[in-house]
Amino acid sequence: MTGELILVLLVCLPFAGSLAATILLRTDSRILAARMSGVVSFAALLLTAALYPAVREGGKVRLDLEWLPQLGLNVTLRMDGFAWLFAMLITGIGCLVVLYARYYMSEEDPVPRFFSFLLAFMGSMLGIVLSGNIILLSVFWELTSIFSFLLISYWHHNAAARDGARMALTITGIGGFCLLAGLLVLGHIVGSYDLDVVLASGDLIKAHPLYLTALVLILIGALTKSAQVPFHFWLPNAMAAPTPVSAYLHSATMVKAGVFLLVRFWPALSGTYEWFMLVGIAGISTLLLGAYFAMFQQDLKGLLAYSTISHLGLITTLLSLGSPVAAVAAIFHMMNHATFKASLFMAAGIIDHETGTRDMRRLSGLLKYLPITGTLAMVASAAMAGVPLLNGFISKEMFFAEAVETHADSVLDRILPYVATLAGAFSVAYSLRFIHMVFFGPEPTDLPKPKPHEPPHWMRFPIEFLVLACLVVGIIPSLSIGPFLHSAVISVLGDRTPEYSLAVWHGINTPLIMSLIALVGGAALYFVMKDYLAKCDDGPPLFRHLAGQRIFERVLVTVSWKWARWLESNLGTRHLQPQLRLIAAAGFLAGAVSLYLAGFSPKPLSFGDVDPIFAAVWCIGAFCALGAAYQAKYHRLAALVLLGGAGITTCITFVWLSAPDLAITQLVVEIVTTVLLLLGLRWLPKRSEKVDNSVSFAARSRRFRDFLLAISCGFGMFLFSYAIMTQPVPDAIASYFLDKAYTEGGGRNVVNVILVDFRGFDTMGEIAVLAIVALTVFALLRRFRPAPDSIEKPEQQRIQNAYDAERPERSAGDTVRDYLLVPSVIMQWMFPVIVTFSVYLIMRGHDLPGGGFAAGITMAIAFLLQYLAGGVRWAEDRLRILPLRWMGFGLLMSAATGMGAWLLGYPFLTTHSQYIEVPFIGKVPAASALLFDLGVFSLVVGATVLILIALAHQSVRMHRVRSLDAPKAEEA
Amino acid sequence: MELVLAIGIGIMTGSGVWLILRPRTYQVIIGLSLLSYAVNLFIFGVGGVKSNAAPLLGEGVDVSTLTDPVPQALVLTAIVIGFATTALFLVVLLAARGLTGTDHVDGREQPK
Repeated sequence: MTGELILVLLVCLPFAGSLAATILLRTDSRILAARMSGVVSFAALLLTAALYPAVREGGKVRLDLEWLPQLGLNVTLRMDGFAWLFAMLITGIGCLVVLYARYYMSEEDPVPRFFSFLLAFMGSMLGIVLSGNIILLSVFWELTSIFSFLLISYWHHNAAARDGARMALTITGIGGFCLLAGLLVLGHIVGSYDLDVVLASGDLIKAHPLYLTALVLILIGALTKSAQVPFHFWLPNAMAAPTPVSAYLHSATMVKAGVFLLVRFWPALSGTYEWFMLVGIAGISTLLLGAYFAMFQQDLKGLLAYSTISHLGLITTLLSLGSPVAAVAAIFHMMNHATFKASLFMAAGIIDHETGTRDMRRLSGLLKYLPITGTLAMVASAAMAGVPLLNGFISKEMFFAEAVETHADSVLDRILPYVATLAGAFSVAYSLRFIHMVFFGPEPTDLPKPKPHEPPHWMRFPIEFLVLACLVVGIIPSLSIGPFLHSAVISVLGDRTPEYSLAVWHGINTPLIMSLIALVGGAALYFVMKDYLAKCDDGPPLFRHLAGQRIFERVLVTVSWKWARWLESNLGTRHLQPQLRLIAAAGFLAGAVSLYLAGFSPKPLSFGDVDPIFAAVWCIGAFCALGAAYQAKYHRLAALVLLGGAGITTCITFVWLSAPDLAITQLVVEIVTTVLLLLGLRWLPKRSEKVDNSVSFAARSRRFRDFLLAISCGFGMFLFSYAIMTQPVPDAIASYFLDKAYTEGGGRNVVNVILVDFRGFDTMGEIAVLAIVALTVFALLRRFRPAPDSIEKPEQQRIQNAYDAERPERSAGDTVRDYLLVPSVIMQWMFPVIVTFSVYLIMRGHDLPGGGFAAGITMAIAFLLQYLAGGVRWAEDRLRILPLRWMGFGLLMSAATGMGAWLLGYPFLTTHSQYIEVPFIGKVPAASALLFDLGVFSLVVGATVLILIALAHQSVRMHRVRSLDAPKAEEA
Repeated sequence: MELVLAIGIGIMTGSGVWLILRPRTYQVIIGLSLLSYAVNLFIFGVGGVKSNAAPLLGEGVDVSTLTDPVPQALVLTAIVIGFATTALFLVVLLAARGLTGTDHVDGREQPK
């Protein structure tokens, strides 16, 4: 298997496993999910191990897949020694955590979901480590935040878990966002998002004016992820997660992603004064505060969480120094911390599991019950405290040695040895406390589960394995981890790889003395404070009430609730009128301001060529428009008639000004619109003019304001359109279409050729919109419920029926039936005529005014007239129209015509045209565009008929509702 | 000609804007129809105002004297789509009236 393939597998395998586990969600086999996860993570471990020969001594495996090369975005996976070491950590501890979780998770939990998230997290973490493109890296970075959120909130019935998860997501999410911004800046500086290119351009980056911006943004990303002060508070709250998650994500891997990033970019970013100050202050304060806080925790996992924060601070401090040896120590300590802290978390989980509590005030004397776990925890704690012959000691010695050396002459550098020793003493104190309080002392009296016992062997196995690793690395470092560490160091430092030794014994020197002071001082500190610590509240004195968590929550509430509410109540409205008013005013201002800025001056009006008849037509049109505006409130029918008048004026204008196609379409659309609105009128409430007698001043001023706005908009449009129309028309694309319409489109009606040929694709989109609207109307009307006062028969029908009822020779409904008898007979007889006219319109459309749109609506009118003439029932007894089929046929027809061009090797919707000689009729155009137009025609017929019939049917439906209601009313 | 058309567009726009600012749904639907006439005419007018110059090619017709067909093609589909949106709006307003019992645009009468 090649290295490249292994890289792909490494990233994909855990995600595939995660998906497979979600399928298991439906089965209730928790063992199966655990076994599958175990197999997947072990396979990932073996795959990683298999890559070692390729990455040792500075080797590299790299895979490039193009993703969006135009943007410099590629799926680049690369593995070097450092990535290899981290991948081993992720997969190795992953295996152990899966094994542990197999026994830890209870029957009641949805276990497959847990393993699904865990594997997905493993995949994202491997993605971070293996990304060779910094944007890809930030994608995986976000994924780890998301899966961390899901894993913390795994027990989502628990409020603490939800809050902790949300906080972790908010903090690391903000960090991730800053990181992305920082990486984009970095990519801008370097001119490439490729990690290898970025790492090779350290000098360019540090000299660039944007260096500080990129640095700060990337640091925010790294420091939030690694829970560094002042972003540390999410980590203790994340302890609400199941313990395997705490062991895996929040001690061994995810929180290491931040320091991983610092190491990864160490060659490119470090060594400057800004780096030293920013990273140093964060690291040193985290080191000290974390250790101090850890001493006062009562929750076992809380203690371990703060200890984790402190150790991450140590690593950050080492990286801030900018010296290669310090970087070696940082990498080494990452590995060591992962081993002892993961085992301690697992031990804490066992204690919790067996006793039912993690509160150190209640735990005591457990060594008798848990002898093996207790011993293992002691060794791991000793490693955490930095006791000789354990791995923690060696990396801590390296840290002390670096702390003593001077790197940058500043206060920070000078106090570092003292801070380091103090933090070391604290860490001895809390490690001692962990062991002493839990495993020694009197018999426990207050345990929720009174008889604790050792867990199953395989649950303890991960701890045993990790503790063994602590011992082996602690005793023979250069033989165990030495070569792997060396490969990692070379891959990060390259030529700057320093001389360093991993020996246990360096002779009596300053670091050893510092270690001794820390050990003795820490032990003394613990025994002095023992009694206080056994009883005190959670959290350190002084800081107990200054909780970062509380500040965070207050900020969150202010931003997401108070400010949002303020904005909504001050700037938002749920009323339509103010919104439309704003839109109209903004539209007017946008036009007016840009015209003013462009130096627009109104043209002098010329009355010379005004045709008196045209002017008279528009007098009527203007009267209709104004009348419609005036009457729309109280006299809806009048307003509708006047609207029709305005429409006819528009239609005449189109005829007058050389747009016959528009005129035809406008005319037929005018007819259907009028019918449509007439059908709607019946469902609107009655309105009497009396209601409005007492108009308030506010309402009157509002109306005046609207009036001014309407006048301004109207006047603005007048000036604007007059100015445009009196400009000479520039020769744009019109002549192209006029020239090519016949030679290329095979039609003489240029407008139609544009619609069905040049811009056919556009037309297809439009008919699709038409179809969607028709279906929406249809769907809305299926559930239509009219207002109660509209259910009764209209007044006219009641009067007519009463008239019929009075006369013995008539039966109810006769008058309605006889109403407009002569016109309806004419309408019925018109049907074939109109259908023929419609066919004529579409046939001639390519050469003369007509076309699919106009023909379609004409055809719809033919159907509509039958409904008007005979009523719904009469029409449907004789004529079965299936509008949905018309629409479907239309869409398929136009699409098929378009695709037909593919068969002949032309692009979509290429047309072919010719004329066919038909007996008696003569030459008939037979362009393929005609077929397309036929599709348009069919769809327009279907859509129009569907809309109108659906609306007309409501009256019939209401008859049914009334007849159903009538017996009930009689009973009551 | 331009003057008359421009005045017409202005009056239709003004009436339309006035109506869409009114509280009753029927007023808004009439207003939108008037506005769409105005906008269609405006777009059409941008292509130049000419009589007896329909873009129909024939024997011996000088192409350069014909009117611009592009705005016409745009407006043609706009007319049909305008019908569809009017229908949609009408049905929405009827459904809203059925659900809320009022034909006020906000779905409830404004407090006095």
